[in-house]
Amino acid sequence: MSTQTLDRAAQRVARATPGGFARRVTGLSDRMVAWLFISPTIFLLLAINIFPLVWTVYLSFTNYRANQPGREVEWIGTRNYERILGSEDIWGYMQVTAHFVFWTMLLQVLIGLGLALLINRNFKGSSFWTTVILIPMMLSPAVVGTFWTYLYQPQTGIFSYVVNLFADVGAVDMIGSVTLAPWAIIIVDTWMWTPYIMLLCLAGLRSIPDYLYEAAEVDRANTWQKFWYITLPRVLPFLMLAVLFRGIENFKMFDMVVELTSGGPGSTTELASINLKREAFEKWRTGYSSAFAIILFVTVFGLGNIYVKALNKVKS
Amino acid sequence: MSTLVDSTAPKGSNKSFSVMDASRRVKWIAALLVITYALVATVPLVWIVMTSFRTPPDSIAYPPKVIAEPSLEGYVNLFTTRSRQTPEYIESLGPPQTWYDELVRSRNMVITGPSRFADRYWNSIVIGFGSTFLTVFLGTLAAYAFSRFKVPLKDDLLFFILSTRMMPPIAVAIPIFLMYRELGLSDTALGIILLYTAVNLSLAVWLLKGFVDEIPREYEEAAVIDGYTRLQAFFRVVLPQMRAGIAATAIFCLIFAWNEYAFALLLTSGEAQTAPPFIPTIIGEGGLDWPAVAAGTTLFLLPVVIFTVLLRKQLLRGITFGAVRR
Repeated sequence: MSTQTLDRAAQRVARATPGGFARRVTGLSDRMVAWLFISPTIFLLLAINIFPLVWTVYLSFTNYRANQPGREVEWIGTRNYERILGSEDIWGYMQVTAHFVFWTMLLQVLIGLGLALLINRNFKGSSFWTTVILIPMMLSPAVVGTFWTYLYQPQTGIFSYVVNLFADVGAVDMIGSVTLAPWAIIIVDTWMWTPYIMLLCLAGLRSIPDYLYEAAEVDRANTWQKFWYITLPRVLPFLMLAVLFRGIENFKMFDMVVELTSGGPGSTTELASINLKREAFEKWRTGYSSAFAIILFVTVFGLGNIYVKALNKVKS
Repeated sequence: MSTLVDSTAPKGSNKSFSVMDASRRVKWIAALLVITYALVATVPLVWIVMTSFRTPPDSIAYPPKVIAEPSLEGYVNLFTTRSRQTPEYIESLGPPQTWYDELVRSRNMVITGPSRFADRYWNSIVIGFGSTFLTVFLGTLAAYAFSRFKVPLKDDLLFFILSTRMMPPIAVAIPIFLMYRELGLSDTALGIILLYTAVNLSLAVWLLKGFVDEIPREYEEAAVIDGYTRLQAFFRVVLPQMRAGIAATAIFCLIFAWNEYAFALLLTSGEAQTAPPFIPTIIGEGGLDWPAVAAGTTLFLLPVVIFTVLLRKQLLRGITFGAVRR
């Protein structure tokens, strides 16, 4: 039915219907309703998503400092970008970030997929225990970072205590140690977000029809073959989607780590976002940090695009 | 290992482990592993809740005390500001009026007033529900329009959503900070509500559009033929059927706003600050008041845990960006 015929039909009927309100309101054609419904959303997105992005791009070419708003704003071209791309420190922070993203994804995929495979067996009470496992990922990452500071206390925290139950290594200083701190944040993030990967894998597993397994058994396939040829290909798109979402979030990670380690000791856990906050809101190098922000965005965008292309290939 | 039932094995539950057929054994092992993981994963949370009921000295005992005398000191410290006084001064005040007065005085301190925790908690509630309402309201309308009408940029929607989520929040905060400073929205609940709404809106539209797509158009068309306008058809016919989608989106938005930290940290201070930036500051000067931090954490996490348990299905759809449709 075209909107025109509907319009005409509606108008004819409306004219026949008594009551002034109905007659007035027919003036709202479909197109007007559409624009009425969409414009607040578009306006808000333009004002708070798009415009600030454009402004950030502009700022990245200046030497603006937000804590000195009266100061002359100079256009300095690409100097911010050159400084960032040539900076050893920045590459260090990107490495810390990459280390974090890589290990959290690897661990969460292994544990998450494993849990999903186990839960898919549908033992009694699996639904209840699944809900229990979900709880950590619903919590505020900043608050999680704060209370894990307590758990990680070297002398009085239970993490060190439990580790010593297994191996007598003395007080374990997860947060203060240069070698252990990167793993401290990886452990907390894995604790929080493994359920997420598990959920998506579970959705994937549940979409696999039973008859595929039965057919494989007729062909005398063993467990490993069933997993490799039926389960894994079907779960892979869901798994990759989960890794895409969590990977992007972990690249941007700020809340949990800043509360847990503040980027320390030194800068062993200084993720890109943490450094960005330092530059922008502590040193107030607004122009410089805008350039860094754009570089981060372009990096995620580029990597994300490549990944999505790979994901689409896997889906087909 | 075959999943076909071994027909020679006796049925019934009172058989030994080794005689159980293979699929039962696998289920048993699976259950064991999953429950072990669930219990281990819950230990940190249980420990924090327990810590909120300890006294400060007990909370930093070495080795960690599992059993200790419970105390409400953490909660009292959470909700009050106190100052240290000499025992003589405390004597001169006369007998304590309430149980919490008594508790605080036993540590040689006097209550000087309420802490800001209740304020911050209330801000979290206001901003949480405010931004959720706004997001769902605007999102539902926009989702309907995207689903039913030919609108430009419709196909780019998913792409747009993913890209808006690729900017680190800190990066977004830089221009927003400047903008809000100009507009007078710094440190206001309205400012944060608008920001959270804008951040979640594209995802909300995406989720809700999925729901609207599932509602057959025939219902609205029939209503329009019957003389209703588009608007009326929307409110009477489509909206009621979107309840599940609206619930899923609302919960997702609520939990996002409730847990959010970076924007709240950078864009609020005295008036509109929410709980997440505030809770780490509870530690206090000595860095010892873990029960108070634990108490704040417990009270803050409690609603979320309740939500998770009660509204699991709706939650799942939201946080997996619509991928999980069960």
